[in-house]
Amino acid sequence: MLTYVVHRLAQLIVVLFVTSIAIFSMTALLPGDPTVTILGESSTMDQRQALRETMRLDDPLPVRYIAWLGSALQGDLGRSIRTQEPVTQMLANRFPVTLELTFLSLGLAMLIGIPMGIVAARRRGTNIDLTVGVLAMSSMAMPYFWLGTMLIMLFAVTLHWLPPSGYHPLFSDPLANLKLMILPVLTVGTSMTAIIMRQTRSSMLEVLSQDYIRTAHAKGLPERQVVLGHALRNAMNPVVTVAGLQFGALMGGAVVTETIFSLPGLGRMIVNGIFDRDFPVVQGAMLAIVLGVTLVNLITDLLYVALDKRLAH
Amino acid sequence: MSSSSTTTAFAGSGSPLRQQMRSLARHRLGQVGIAIAILLLAVAIFSPWIAPYDPAAIDWNAILMPPSAKYWFGTDEIGRDIFSRILWGARVSVYIVVLSIVIAMVLGSAIGLVASYVGGWLDGLLMRIMDGLLAFPMLVLALGIITVLGPDLNNAVIAIALVNVPSFARLVRGVGLTIRNQEYIAAASTYGASPLRIMLRHFLPNASGQIIVFASLKASTALITESALSFLGLGVQPPTPSWGTMMAIGLDYLNYWWMSVFPGLAIFITVLGLNFLGDAVRDVMDPRLQGSRSH
Repeated sequence: MLTYVVHRLAQLIVVLFVTSIAIFSMTALLPGDPTVTILGESSTMDQRQALRETMRLDDPLPVRYIAWLGSALQGDLGRSIRTQEPVTQMLANRFPVTLELTFLSLGLAMLIGIPMGIVAARRRGTNIDLTVGVLAMSSMAMPYFWLGTMLIMLFAVTLHWLPPSGYHPLFSDPLANLKLMILPVLTVGTSMTAIIMRQTRSSMLEVLSQDYIRTAHAKGLPERQVVLGHALRNAMNPVVTVAGLQFGALMGGAVVTETIFSLPGLGRMIVNGIFDRDFPVVQGAMLAIVLGVTLVNLITDLLYVALDKRLAH
Repeated sequence: MSSSSTTTAFAGSGSPLRQQMRSLARHRLGQVGIAIAILLLAVAIFSPWIAPYDPAAIDWNAILMPPSAKYWFGTDEIGRDIFSRILWGARVSVYIVVLSIVIAMVLGSAIGLVASYVGGWLDGLLMRIMDGLLAFPMLVLALGIITVLGPDLNNAVIAIALVNVPSFARLVRGVGLTIRNQEYIAAASTYGASPLRIMLRHFLPNASGQIIVFASLKASTALITESALSFLGLGVQPPTPSWGTMMAIGLDYLNYWWMSVFPGLAIFITVLGLNFLGDAVRDVMDPRLQGSRSH
């Protein structure tokens, strides 16, 4: 187990190194004079010269990379070119929003997807199984931005049940926050529910065909206890893994969903940053997302090994 | 399902490819997928002739008209016919999806071939780069590439292609590694076959089945990424009709449901069809991969 953890940590560091180069290269790869690209044609020579110096454009690339990485490691990701706000400060404000959105979506997906998967597996081949399957296929084919728009139309514009968009910080007014989060969470969580459901169904089916389940039946245990006590426990491992691996996809979904619902999270930060040509902002947000996704993947892998004793060696 | 035994009996004749095509045509969801894919292609090719209106024609006397016999899917905020725009939008979608997947397939396969054939430090280096790129959520990486290149239709193609390169590379490398130590590869190189020839004549054909399966599974993801980029205003730029851009405009006109519902339905049905097709191709060509759809 220990060697595995060390091995995975080493892998993590290599991956983060590569991604940091990729993110750094974004400014290095800019065609033409980056200061003109960033500040626009109308900028003055002095402005360009000032940016040249802050971006250390006259230094060789490796030197610039090391300097950038060095300050990034110390928590200094530069300042927004538009607002002069430190990027780290922006991340601290926005990361919680995206995290809340992704974790609530994941929670919703597990809450609905796991029971649905169990039912579909138990009733394999029946109309219930078929209906659940069709629902899952459809929700996986629905683009986030379409589902989001439809939800706003239905619940905000037509029924007036929920606000269409906006954001309240969680801790200042939890109820208002949750009310505003319902539609975004449904938007991001629906396809995730389908994925969890499909995975639960297939791993339940696999587990239910095992000998020890037959033994449990033979012992005369009630169905409920066999399914929930014996089968579910072992069927959950792959589900946890899939949920963890889908965290990246959830982050991608959050980018689009935050834009639809005007949530001030990392996704909107990136999209606005691109429109403003505000490179430090885009780079900082991308770095935060990659770091989050890689860490979740690491935790998932370790959890998997910890849950499955056979793999511990 | 009940016809599975007759299926195998009939499939005994003809080349493997023809057998596969035949069982694909018998795959129930595959049939739906094929039908949708053919419809999409037909619409993409023939949209100039079948669209009732010019997709860019502005009609100030017919703005925001609900669906009617005259305008099947209604009109948008400057009086353009939404049905015609959706038909033309299919062209853009097909263009982007096909081109980006082909580029990703070629680049990714090349990297995978070289990595598995050469091995050693080059393999290590290439695969670490691929791992790094895979650590990004697909849309986020695409956004990063668009940041550098600028929002534009062809840049969207490049971004979607690059985002998909790592998974093709890993797939082909995996196949390459399983055959690199086989005797016929050693025999081929003793006979003087060049590395390029070995890669193209021996490695590539072994991987081709899986490459095709993977490409068909990736098509729907490519479409979703494209429409998401366009929706965010970072892909296809107006006035070119694209489903994602149409939906972005629809978000500003929520009281006029037809502006969002129809382009969204077009994306939904196409993605569903491509998913069915991809799953069917996988079932037919590589039964071992069943149930391994990545989303």
